[in-house]
Amino acid sequence: MSDIAERVKKIVIDHLGVDADKVSEGASFIDDLGADSLDTVELVMAFEEEFGVEIPDDAADSILTVGDAVKFIEKAQA
Amino acid sequence: MFDLSGRKALVTGASGGIGEEIARSLHAQGAIVGLHGTRVEKLEALANELGERVHVFPANLADRAEVKALGEKAEAELGGVDILVNNAGITKDGLFVRMSDEDWDAVLEVNLTSVFRLTRELTHPMMRRRYGRIINITSIVGVTGNPGQANYCASKAGMIGFSKSLAQEIATRNVTVNCVAPGFIESAMTGKLNDKQKEAIMGAIPMKRMGTGAEVSSAVVYLASSEAAYMTGQTLHVNGGMAMI
Repeated sequence: MSDIAERVKKIVIDHLGVDADKVSEGASFIDDLGADSLDTVELVMAFEEEFGVEIPDDAADSILTVGDAVKFIEKAQA
Repeated sequence: MFDLSGRKALVTGASGGIGEEIARSLHAQGAIVGLHGTRVEKLEALANELGERVHVFPANLADRAEVKALGEKAEAELGGVDILVNNAGITKDGLFVRMSDEDWDAVLEVNLTSVFRLTRELTHPMMRRRYGRIINITSIVGVTGNPGQANYCASKAGMIGFSKSLAQEIATRNVTVNCVAPGFIESAMTGKLNDKQKEAIMGAIPMKRMGTGAEVSSAVVYLASSEAAYMTGQTLHVNGGMAMI
C-alpha cells in the first residue's frame, strides 16, 4: 500500500472507529463502514487537512470509497 | 446542577451589559471563559475582576478576517471551545423607508454573518469532540418585529432560522444549538430609549419592569450545561411575559 493509502486508511479508522481490516480499497464509507452524510463531509475535510489539497464539492460527491479518496489525492498531488 | 468546571466558553460582545453578565455567570459555574469584545479596556477590567480562568480576545466582527482569526485563536488558546455564546450585536435604527444600505449591511454583517463565520470555525472541532453548546443571543423583536428596526429584527430572526438548521445538522454529534431571546433588559442598548418609549414598553410587559442581565445569563447557563443535552433548536424567551410564544 502506498503512503497516501496508509494515511487515508488511518484517518478513516480514527474517524469512523472501525476495524482496520474492514477498511479495504473498495470499502464504501456509507454502505460498508457505517458513515452518515456528516461523516463523509468530515472525512473530506480531514483529507484536505492531512494532504493540503482542496476537494471541491462535486469531486467530494464522487469520493464514495477508500480507493476513490486515495485516487483523488494521488492525482491532486501529482 | 449546571456545573461547568473545566468547560471552555467563548462569549462574544462581553464588553456589553448582557454579554458581561453571561461571562460572569459561566465563570461562576466554573467555566474557563474567553471574553471577546471591541473595548479592550473594559474586557481587561472584567478579566482582572474575575481573576483566574479568563482570556481576552479583542476583535472587530465587522472584519471577516478578524472573525476567522478570533475563532482560531480562541480554539488554540482555550484548548478547544466547548461553549460558544454569540452575543455581540449592534443596532442602527431608522424607519425603513429611510434606511441606508450602509445601516442594513452593518447590522447584518455583525449580527448575523459574523455568527455564521465564527460558528463555522468552531463547530467542526466540537463535532470532532462529540460535544458542544452553541447559544445564540437573539431578541424578542426577531420574532415580533419592531418599527424602526427592520435591519436588527431581520438579523435576529435570521439567527433563529440559522440555529434551527444547524441544530438539525449536528444533533447526532451531541452539539446543541439554541437561542435565548431577551425582551427589554437594562443595558446600554435600551438605555438609549427615551422616557416616553420606556413608558410604552412597560405598559406591554406584564411584569411591569425591565429584565436584568443576570436573568438572561441564567438561561444561558442552563443551555450551556450538560443537563440541557436534550434541548436543541429551541429559543428560550426571557421577557417578563411581554410576548408569550
